Amino acid sequence: MKKQLFAAATLAATSPAAAFAQEASFDDRVNEIFSNSTGWFVNLIFMNLPGTSFPWIVLWLVVAASIFTVYFGFIQVRAFTHAISLVKGDYSDPNDAGEVSHFQALATALSGTVGLGNIAGVAVAVGIGGPGATFWMIVAGLLGMASKFTECTLGVKYRNEYPDGTVSGGPMYYMTKGFKERSLPGGGALAILFSIFCILGALGGGNMFQANQAHAQISGITGDYPGWITGIIFALIVFAVIVGGIKSIAQVTEKVVPFMGIMYVLSALVILLVNYDQIGWAFGQIWAGAFTGLGVAGGFVGALIQGFKRAAFSNEAGVGSAAIAHSAVKTKEPVTEGVVSLLEPFIDTVVICTMTALVITISGVLVVNPETGLFVLNEAGTAIQTVDGSSGVQLTSAAFATGFSWFPYLLAVAVVLFAFSTMISWSYYGLKAWTYLFGEGKTKEIIFKVIFCIFIVIGAAADLGAVIDFSDAMIFAMAVVNITALYFLMPIVKREMNSYFARIKSGEIVKHVH
Amino acid sequence: MTKTMFVVGIDGSDAGERALAFAKSRAKALGECTLTLCYVIEWSPFTFQTPEENEQRHKRREEEISMAHERVLDPAVAAAEQEGFKVVGVVRHGDAAEILDNLAKEHDATQIIVGRVGIRGLKERVFGGVTGRLVATATVPVTIIP
Repeated sequence: MKKQLFAAATLAATSPAAAFAQEASFDDRVNEIFSNSTGWFVNLIFMNLPGTSFPWIVLWLVVAASIFTVYFGFIQVRAFTHAISLVKGDYSDPNDAGEVSHFQALATALSGTVGLGNIAGVAVAVGIGGPGATFWMIVAGLLGMASKFTECTLGVKYRNEYPDGTVSGGPMYYMTKGFKERSLPGGGALAILFSIFCILGALGGGNMFQANQAHAQISGITGDYPGWITGIIFALIVFAVIVGGIKSIAQVTEKVVPFMGIMYVLSALVILLVNYDQIGWAFGQIWAGAFTGLGVAGGFVGALIQGFKRAAFSNEAGVGSAAIAHSAVKTKEPVTEGVVSLLEPFIDTVVICTMTALVITISGVLVVNPETGLFVLNEAGTAIQTVDGSSGVQLTSAAFATGFSWFPYLLAVAVVLFAFSTMISWSYYGLKAWTYLFGEGKTKEIIFKVIFCIFIVIGAAADLGAVIDFSDAMIFAMAVVNITALYFLMPIVKREMNSYFARIKSGEIVKHVH
Repeated sequence: MTKTMFVVGIDGSDAGERALAFAKSRAKALGECTLTLCYVIEWSPFTFQTPEENEQRHKRREEEISMAHERVLDPAVAAAEQEGFKVVGVVRHGDAAEILDNLAKEHDATQIIVGRVGIRGLKERVFGGVTGRLVATATVPVTIIP
């Protein structure tokens, strides 16, 4: 793994200069080397269960989310209103004003997850799995809330608080400390494995996928040009922020991104309202497609796999990244942050992803055979044929453009900003894993940050297919390790949860009057 | 003689100085009176931050508080004590109007004294400024020093 990473990094470091001489082939070469070097791992992660066409990893995620849902007694339903009240600050101690609030921890985590997964990922899911994939995406989002609860509670409980007042948390810490507390072996090994995958996940889904889709969106408007150009521009800006410490860029993005998110949802709502007469039809398609596949590639199983895969990729429930993001919150009760984090898959998947899926379905960008009423597959038979042959973020863009002709421009800006904020978040997650493995220190941190920037260029230059496969594989590899640890540590979460809610009930924990 | 308590908002500006000077002259006239000097660090729990800012937040908060003490509050408290006043100094994070009123409620203060910062700019027009909001929401009398 490391060897290939090194090879890819060397390639990127030496090639941009050469690419000026042979522009046309650079993107192709990146693509080829990239696919060849990562293919075996991708295949391992997406291996089908023996005798079926069902990848084991999808089952792994769903089973985990279902087990957590049952084990914690449908916490996502029971604690939903409590989560909102925590975010509003009803239970925050006024003496803690100035510390990281529940709202801030949630918003930070959300800005890492809300992004291209919601725009491009959903388009991929609906494009391949048909509208029925939406149903499974919502199911996965609802179940995923319990996974998120488990990991974020542990993230806060076992975070490191350093003498200088900074905090660091994440799966690495609950794996080592939590396993030690339960006298279980292997916590250290899991933490190392998780950190390796987290670094690669940061470079994949948190970086290359973002760069790739940002480039697709920009070139969709400006006309085609080589991806490495976008890559280098992005890399320079990210470099300025994470290495140069130019905070103002990140701060501006952090403030604009939520605004963009709201604009996105509002635009979707307007399109849905205008086409209100088709909403029933769209839900019918989603419902029917969920169980029959409506002749889509892979049929019913295809819809299910796509739905679950894209949901997991979008909300990252069970992946462990959120445990890093949420752990900076100021609270004496780890469970409170777990409860707050429930809202993350809900907002990300159940609300935003569903909006995208509905707009794509209603807009008519997916080609339907007028005679049979079924979707028409493309020539290769791998996905539903679209009106203009687009996929990913361009498909979403085309769908929204049926409502507002100016939307692709807004979306381009949104995509670039989402991509950027996700990269900033993941550069942080990756860095945490990196320093866990190699120790803190300026030089070590800069090495990671430079590698991170190099991968932006590779990501922008490579093909969507190769990048998506690699990104998915790494994110899911994180989930394999993280969920294994969650199984061993879930009794601790249950104890915390029972104690917390008992104290709420007995009146020991009360709301602060504002 | 009844004990009285004034809450005075200070922020290192001239307006804050004027408020404090007025509070002192009133307190002198009353005799038995405690001054609670409050420095508010404007902060909202509903802002958007990067993961790195969150990680550093606790440290920053400590720095902000010690800086407020060092630069504004402690010198003001020391000076007032030397002049013979009973003084309490407080630094809080949050919305100034809300904090000052809460402090008044906490200490059973008879009034809040703040300096007027001229209303300027669109932001002040839309949100009314700290003094405007304080007047609109306070539970005790508010004296605004021009």
